Amino acid sequence: MVHDARVSEILSLVVADGGQDASLPVRLSVRCLSALPVSGVGVALMTDDGPSGVVLAATDGRARHLEELQFALGEGPCVEASRSGRPVLQPDLLATGPARWPGFAAAALDARISAIFAFPLQVGAIRVGVLDLYRDTPGQLETAELADALAFADAATVVVLHLQDTDGSGGHPALAGPIDSRAEIHQATGMIAVQLGVGLAEALLRLRAHAYAGGRPVADVAADVVNRRLRFDDSASGGERQ
Amino acid sequence: MTTREQLIATTFVDLADTLVADFDVIDFLHTLAIRSVELLDVSAAAIMLADQRGGLQVMASSTEEAHLLELYQLQRNEGPCLDCFRSGRPVARPDLPAMRRSWPVFTERLLELGFACAQALPMRLRSETIGALTIFRVDQEPLAEADLRLGQAMAHVATVGLLQERAIAARELLATQLQAALTSRIRLEQAKGMLAERTGLPMDQAFRAMRSYARSHNTRLGEVAAQIIDGTIDDLPGGDASRPPT
Repeated sequence: MVHDARVSEILSLVVADGGQDASLPVRLSVRCLSALPVSGVGVALMTDDGPSGVVLAATDGRARHLEELQFALGEGPCVEASRSGRPVLQPDLLATGPARWPGFAAAALDARISAIFAFPLQVGAIRVGVLDLYRDTPGQLETAELADALAFADAATVVVLHLQDTDGSGGHPALAGPIDSRAEIHQATGMIAVQLGVGLAEALLRLRAHAYAGGRPVADVAADVVNRRLRFDDSASGGERQ
Repeated sequence: MTTREQLIATTFVDLADTLVADFDVIDFLHTLAIRSVELLDVSAAAIMLADQRGGLQVMASSTEEAHLLELYQLQRNEGPCLDCFRSGRPVARPDLPAMRRSWPVFTERLLELGFACAQALPMRLRSETIGALTIFRVDQEPLAEADLRLGQAMAHVATVGLLQERAIAARELLATQLQAALTSRIRLEQAKGMLAERTGLPMDQAFRAMRSYARSHNTRLGEVAAQIIDGTIDDLPGGDASRPPT
């Protein structure tokens, strides 16, 4: 299945799982755990400065412990993934972990964790969090598994980004779909951030909300913004002026 | 050594030097595009990479025209870059009529933008093709053999450079490097948008202003983007590089 279709599928599944008890990040983690050969899954919020200490989801106590540990120590695969903007794949923690993260590796190995894979959840300069997979036994993710993990990471990015949408104007994450990598969408995000005097994350949400409310593709609305046919401003209605 | 030989030597060192702490994929690919124009008998160059999510992304280009032509190939699903990426082999046509036969729509657009020849070199390591370097010429003959070999060598060294990192398998490197490349590309677009809105410049001029600022301050494009986003730089002199910085 092509990547974007898989991301959309994951988002739909996570939304359909329903139930008021479990949050979207928790449902996504549960789906991820059953789709991939891993022992635990966690989702943590990240800020520009590193871990926020907020664990949004953990499929078990060890997954939660791993996230909290990195917040306490300020080091580990999640911290590195978020800082570098790239996945950190550590298929054999015993072999290479201690040299890379002395404090974290010792504690993780104590907790019988042998492999860890951390995926940054970010859209350019917008850092929302990290998706963390760990496993009791060492070994790499196979190519198809890695591709699926990347799809879960992209779905998690949408879910966590939409958690920041306090008034719900961003529409439902599944309906708004995956975040497109097309240049204009991100140029428009930058323009809207300046127009509204808000951060890039909120600007992206507003762009997606506008598209969703008007039943238009996000790329079309972005093209209007970039071509200066549409401006966002903070009028009383909270809407946008043509 | 002649100046050209020195530039060739420097280029190969730069393209192999990817293990530095502050390695920036976008800067690296821009270097490849710019050096291709400086060293080969071509007018413009652009690079597309596969993004591990099943799509090709335009990652760098020496001019906005080259960027547009790459996007056009993606939109129309035809052109030398796509053929090159799919086959993993160099793609060229001997003259304009042959280009028209292979890529009718793309060739028209190419001519409109002032070029008469486009050819593509694979960025490939063993069986893995990660992207392509497209070069654009004003003349309709493809690049001479010696230049072609040099171009292919540059593309190859850049590919090895992108894929190298200690003790991890190539496909994981691809996944991590290309993720980083996509993230810096998107950050660049976000910064472009912010600058365009603050200055009122069109998007391509905002980008030119960022590039000339990066050059004149001897800093990386990725760093300029980061500073625009965090507000350290809140204005740049317009895309015209001849205007003094304020």
